Amino acid sequence: MSEYAIRRVAFSLTAMLGVITIVFVLLHVSGDPATLLVTQDATRQDMERIRQAYGLDRPLAVQYGRFIARVARGDLGYSYRQGVPVTELIAGHIGATFELALASLAVAIVLGVAFGTVAAVRRGSSIDAAAMAVALLGTSMPSFWLGLLLIIVFGVKLGWLPVSGYGGLDHLILPAFVLGGFYAAQVSRLTRTSLLEVLAQDYIRTGRAKGLRGRVVLFKHALRNAALPILTVLGLSFGQMLGGAIVVESIFAWPGMGRLAVQAVLGRDFPVVQGAAIIGAAVFLTVNLTVDLVYGWVDPRLRGAAQGA
Amino acid sequence: MAGSTLVFAAPHRARSDGRASTLLRLLRSPSGAVGAALLAVLLAAGFGASFVTPYDPAAQNLGIPVHPPSLVPVAGGVHLLGTDQLGRDVLSRLLVGLRISLGVALAVVPLSTALGLGIGMVTGYRGGWLDVALMRLVDAQLSVPTLLLAVAVVAVLGTGLLQIIAVLVIAGWPGYARVVRAEALALREREFAAAARAVGASDARILARHVLPNVLPTVLVLGTLHLPVVIVFEAALSFLGLGIQPPTPSLGQMIGQAQDLVWQAWWMPTIPGVVITLVVLAFNLLGDRIRDVLDPRLRGLGPV
Repeated sequence: MSEYAIRRVAFSLTAMLGVITIVFVLLHVSGDPATLLVTQDATRQDMERIRQAYGLDRPLAVQYGRFIARVARGDLGYSYRQGVPVTELIAGHIGATFELALASLAVAIVLGVAFGTVAAVRRGSSIDAAAMAVALLGTSMPSFWLGLLLIIVFGVKLGWLPVSGYGGLDHLILPAFVLGGFYAAQVSRLTRTSLLEVLAQDYIRTGRAKGLRGRVVLFKHALRNAALPILTVLGLSFGQMLGGAIVVESIFAWPGMGRLAVQAVLGRDFPVVQGAAIIGAAVFLTVNLTVDLVYGWVDPRLRGAAQGA
Repeated sequence: MAGSTLVFAAPHRARSDGRASTLLRLLRSPSGAVGAALLAVLLAAGFGASFVTPYDPAAQNLGIPVHPPSLVPVAGGVHLLGTDQLGRDVLSRLLVGLRISLGVALAVVPLSTALGLGIGMVTGYRGGWLDVALMRLVDAQLSVPTLLLAVAVVAVLGTGLLQIIAVLVIAGWPGYARVVRAEALALREREFAAAARAVGASDARILARHVLPNVLPTVLVLGTLHLPVVIVFEAALSFLGLGIQPPTPSLGQMIGQAQDLVWQAWWMPTIPGVVITLVVLAFNLLGDRIRDVLDPRLRGLGPV
């Protein structure tokens, strides 16, 4: 591995350790962590059992060390509501979230790049203005409101699509558009800016001057060079979608990790919340690490830049 | 672009003059003017009209549940935007909810700014183990999707107005700290800082007189970009039932409580939904413009 890759992996590992530390602090900041780990109707004996089972009667430093060791072994404790290991619970839900995030990413890429390209090519036209107005509205509409709006239009009024639950492709359409819509808006604004910059370059003028067709110039020369900043944002978006999934899954009753986390908070099932935060961060860090390593490979200039930072 | 070179070449003018021209440049663009006008209306509604609502926002009238918006009086009064499930006047609740939502954002952003600014300036300027430790914390926090972090903190702190402000400040400060630290690190090495040190100025004085004024424009831009983000996060948490708790209304909570009514009464979630979109739109329009005028380098930088 190159020095860049090693540095980048080391950064991710320290960040992960930081996340585990934050979760540990959260557990203790409320006073007695045992109260967070039991249901409201727990008896004094229950609390005592929890304290001993989790070693909460030991010094903080010992608890911290044990907590890290437990998480490193993949032991995230038991859900109080469902009585199964948290890892098992999360494993059963993470697939649906990935499915939703991938579909949303596809929506963001297709809609965002298409709108942005048309707007850039027809710069200053009414199409440009309309596309950018839609994009601005898209970034200003909270996902839960866009979700309900689409439910009202396509579910209630038109009756075209199912509005909740997990099932075939038709169940995926609305949630993916809601989660991907916000990022599509961002990507379209970025595509437009990035493409306009590239279209002003000398090599584009050269391409035109030597008689290349407009389509060849646009797809082969312009879009490829405009792609890097777009890819960066898409990589970051994919990680952030895990956060956005919390809301979207709740609206559409999509059985993913986000909905699991919300229901765990509402049901005071702290081990599940804790597990979701740790796994969520691990996925987020892994995605960002992969994206960075791929860029370092695609564009060697970035390696130096990252080292300087 | 030619325009920006002109701005940089402009001779130094008196301070008040510069401020007036910044404000003018904000309002000169259509997006800036529309954003400012929209925001003025929303602020007037949230912090003015909400104190003289047509009805008591908590007053129930179970005789007229979920009445649609109309100009015709029902049960002895006109409910312009209709009533909710408990027969409470939607317009009155909307105005109070707007006040709560705007109030949360206007509390969270200055608090996050102050915290991030303080930590970023001191760690960037001083360096050392504290810098290393705090920046690892910032890295870790920025490694959890923000809403997921907020949900986890809610699980510990609980729900309610003060809790939600605390949650959003905890989630918000690292973005500022990272940017401010980088700037402070660079400013420390600049000639004017070295000169101030050479004539015996204390660290506190250099921070206050030389570093702070130079990071302030950046922080102001980050703050304006942060405002709509906070509005959306508060609304999302309240929508999920993890934020502002009834009977206190907030825009997100109103949408959440109307969620099950989409089949019978589509206007119920739509009314607060439109208002919240307008709030975010106003902040986005104005924020983009403020960034372009104050600190064009930040163009393309996402929200905090």
